Amino acid sequence: MMPVGEHWDLSLRHLALDAISAARADSGGLRPQALYVANVLAPALSGQSHLGALLADFTGLRGVEASTIEASGASGGVAVRQAYLALTSGALDVAIVLGVEKITDKASGQVQAALATSTDSEYEAVHGVTPSTQAALLMQRYLYEHGAPKDSMAGFSMTAHQNAVTNPNAMFRKAIRHEQYARAPIISEPLNTFDVAPLGDGAAALVLARAAALPNRHDYPQVVIAGSAVSTSALAVHDRPNPLHLTAASQSAEAAMLQASLSLEDIGLFELHDSFSIFAALSLEAAGFAAPGHGWKLAQNGDISLAGKIPISTFGGSKARGDPGAATGIYQLAEATLQLQGRANENQVPNAAIAMTQCLGGSGATASTHILRRPN
Amino acid sequence: MNRLASMETSQHWRLRQQRYALVGEVCPHCTTKIFPPRDICPDCGEDARDLYQFSGRGEVYSHTTVYQAPSGHSSNAPYPVAIVRLEEGPLVTAQLTDIGDQPVEIGTQVEMVTRKLGADGERGMLVYGYKFRPILAER
Ligand SMILES: [Zn+2]
Repeated sequence: MMPVGEHWDLSLRHLALDAISAARADSGGLRPQALYVANVLAPALSGQSHLGALLADFTGLRGVEASTIEASGASGGVAVRQAYLALTSGALDVAIVLGVEKITDKASGQVQAALATSTDSEYEAVHGVTPSTQAALLMQRYLYEHGAPKDSMAGFSMTAHQNAVTNPNAMFRKAIRHEQYARAPIISEPLNTFDVAPLGDGAAALVLARAAALPNRHDYPQVVIAGSAVSTSALAVHDRPNPLHLTAASQSAEAAMLQASLSLEDIGLFELHDSFSIFAALSLEAAGFAAPGHGWKLAQNGDISLAGKIPISTFGGSKARGDPGAATGIYQLAEATLQLQGRANENQVPNAAIAMTQCLGGSGATASTHILRRPN
Repeated sequence: MNRLASMETSQHWRLRQQRYALVGEVCPHCTTKIFPPRDICPDCGEDARDLYQFSGRGEVYSHTTVYQAPSGHSSNAPYPVAIVRLEEGPLVTAQLTDIGDQPVEIGTQVEMVTRKLGADGERGMLVYGYKFRPILAER
């Protein structure tokens, strides 16, 4: 995992190299047969497509099977799913999944336009809609429909910032107070700056292997993927029967839990998609941790803090660790892995044995859920 | 006209009926009204290609204002955006325009008008289409 932020001195390929080298060293030097790259913005912001071959070659893996997986903000989870399918089918023994984005080279208007391509270009983006607009429209409706107070999302932002204080990879390592949230400048009402995760350059990589391919001795307990699922819904917010119900998130969470033969009570922590605070509330509701309209309340009573009932964003989430676009899902899985290996230091969730990670593409049009288990 | 420009033009030309006249579809199997048109009924899954003229009237389902505009829309910013519940049922996303002194709220009655939406592509071709404006009591 590279710190998320402005890496003006590192190009896309150097970010990728550093993340892959760190992951391979951590795995005890396993050599992958395939590289899956999660990326969205390189074609629009770096003028670079064909990242599979480019990055395989640059990171010392010339010759391996490699390609890019794109599913907006869910790309990382979907790429892990693809690697998981290849490994469980027996076609591969070892694969690397890399998430990488280089965002800070370009001006805001260009970045917003590139991000807007994840919305429905003919029926949303043409009207000047961006991902922030979608989130603002959903939050406005949520507050209205559920009679929730204007500051109901504050707890998500405050928890994320609190957890990021002790994360060396985080973009913002400062706790925030409720007054700061309440006074923050508006981005797109009712969204304020503390409801929106800051975009940053980032790269993270995971080495996935079939159990049989693992070396006999390794430094850390090996974490098992117990459930893996991807579901989709309509791209446009207006094309969903109930825009406040993230059906793809519900379906993928349910499928992953079914595969793992687990229920919600078994989940020790949930790395959810908090690129906008409203998605934290909607994701908690979609997975079933809260009833519709009640997700925000879990952020009021400590339930989502590290020692709470269902800790989320344990290293700061996208809100405070920083939002690395397509790489989000890889950061989530890497952070959940550290939790299950007992390597989370001050961010450790006590006795973490089972973790759920979920990343969303767009405003929930794609959702990928994974369940990780620490072996006994 | 170069090739790039003509491709952009045809993309928008294909959408002219939806954009200028709010023409969608009606499902011949279950009578669900469909906008934007999608040829497969979202309710019953059957083929649905019969054209349907929407009235253009509806009410605000949700709304916001865009300050950080994407390129192509920056000269227009800040601008109000809403999701409108059309009286025939579907939701549609569009900008609001001609807002008077009354604040827009969820439930505000609106009607469709045709306006400039923004500029598209490197040549900055102007795109026109639907926006919604509040229906005034005396109108
Ligand atoms: Zn039908």
